[in-house]
Amino acid sequence: MFHPGEIYAVVLALLFAVAAGLVGSFALMKRMLLASDVISHVALPGLGLAFLYGFNPLIGGAATLLLGTLLIWQLQKKTGLATDAMIGVVFAGSVAIGAVLTPKEDLVEALFGRFQDLSLPAFLLGVGAVLAIILVLFRFKDELILGLFAPELAAATGVKLDRLNLYFLLVFSLAVLVGLRFLGALLAGSLIIIPAATGRRLTSDLPRFLLVSCLASVAAVGLGFAVTRYLLPQFSPGPLIVIISAGLFILSLLKKPADA
Amino acid sequence: MTPILSVRDLTIKFGNRTIIQHLNFTVDPGDNLAIIGPNGAGKTVLLRALLNLLLYEGVIQWSRDARLGYVPQKIAADRHLPLHVNDLLAAKARLLKLPVQGVRSISDRVGLTPELLETSIGTLSGGEFQKALIAFALLGDPNVLLFDEPTASLDELAEEHIYELLRDLQHERHLTILLVSHDLSIVYQFATQVLCLSKGKPCFGPPREILTPETLQAVYSAPVKFYEHHHDH
Repeated sequence: MFHPGEIYAVVLALLFAVAAGLVGSFALMKRMLLASDVISHVALPGLGLAFLYGFNPLIGGAATLLLGTLLIWQLQKKTGLATDAMIGVVFAGSVAIGAVLTPKEDLVEALFGRFQDLSLPAFLLGVGAVLAIILVLFRFKDELILGLFAPELAAATGVKLDRLNLYFLLVFSLAVLVGLRFLGALLAGSLIIIPAATGRRLTSDLPRFLLVSCLASVAAVGLGFAVTRYLLPQFSPGPLIVIISAGLFILSLLKKPADA
Repeated sequence: MTPILSVRDLTIKFGNRTIIQHLNFTVDPGDNLAIIGPNGAGKTVLLRALLNLLLYEGVIQWSRDARLGYVPQKIAADRHLPLHVNDLLAAKARLLKLPVQGVRSISDRVGLTPELLETSIGTLSGGEFQKALIAFALLGDPNVLLFDEPTASLDELAEEHIYELLRDLQHERHLTILLVSHDLSIVYQFATQVLCLSKGKPCFGPPREILTPETLQAVYSAPVKFYEHHHDH
């Protein structure tokens, strides 16, 4: 039987999957998918500090993610370099600091996550974060579309690109943060990358792209949890979710690209 | 007539590099201003400054009733996105809080069929894509269109269609058009004023005065050939 803490954890993971599918779709269009993989590593020093001093890892992860996000945004604005290049700069430092700070016995959990029961307040906080991600993306969907299509055209239409980039980076980091608990710093970005890549392979218009990315993400999380619970309980769900997600992508390769 | 645009003493610099220096010109309502000049003379930079997209020194003054529509260079747009033409037009319409039927009527006007509206932007032909960009610019009922290289990389027939469309739209909607172009033959038949940007002194005036072999040689630092021909529509 399931107990409430377990149900909360699974439901939040499924909701996170929806948010990850949406964030990943926009990140793919912004050509910053790789950034999601890297930005999750920015949480590592925070997780390390939390394990070292025994406070909630999510608080540590959130603090360094927020700092890293703002740093990337500022560097991008001031130097005019691509987001990917900037994230590369911040990333290397974060991983190095995280590896030094995290106690050895906690490093695997920090990197790959762990399935753990959720308290009701933690669940509600997570649901709030997921809802915030979805609401912000839908509120700024049109601005994002125009900014992706032609930044100058968007600016000439009155879109404040600078602010929009910050909002997107924050939403992106929030998604990573929600996924950190069960996917870990190494894999949290994967669920943003892979389902979006699957969705893009199979669709050529925006509504279907968003829908298929979300479905691929939810399917990977659902199947990942089911497999760890009923078939392979010795594994933590994070790596299995990512393997299933990658499997779905490989399956999508069997179909001709939607708009080749 | 009160000008719709006055530019006074405009200077634009990128770091230590001066792109445009002490530029002055005015545009009257209904004018077709063609902006010409060699690569790197600052034509696109000027359009971006007129749209207030970059920092400049001097004065750019649009009349109070000016509503700007912008058609960027095709290469400035990402055509690999999973977007249909309609996604783009609808996104702008929602941003400007325009009624949805506005998208349909503008699309009809520029010749975008319902099938093309539901076509992925990556699979449109060059001419169709240019029409989509024009439809995008026309949403919001602008009375000034700023056009960057409207027919670059289009074949002659598609080019002819685009200019015909622009002429018709201008008549119907009393548009003022500012156009960056490399095609001097088109500039000759289409423009009412020409602004040439070059490393030397900029020049400004009607095509017959500006598009002379001597001026063009000075602007392009090389002899330039173009064909003067007239169209009656």
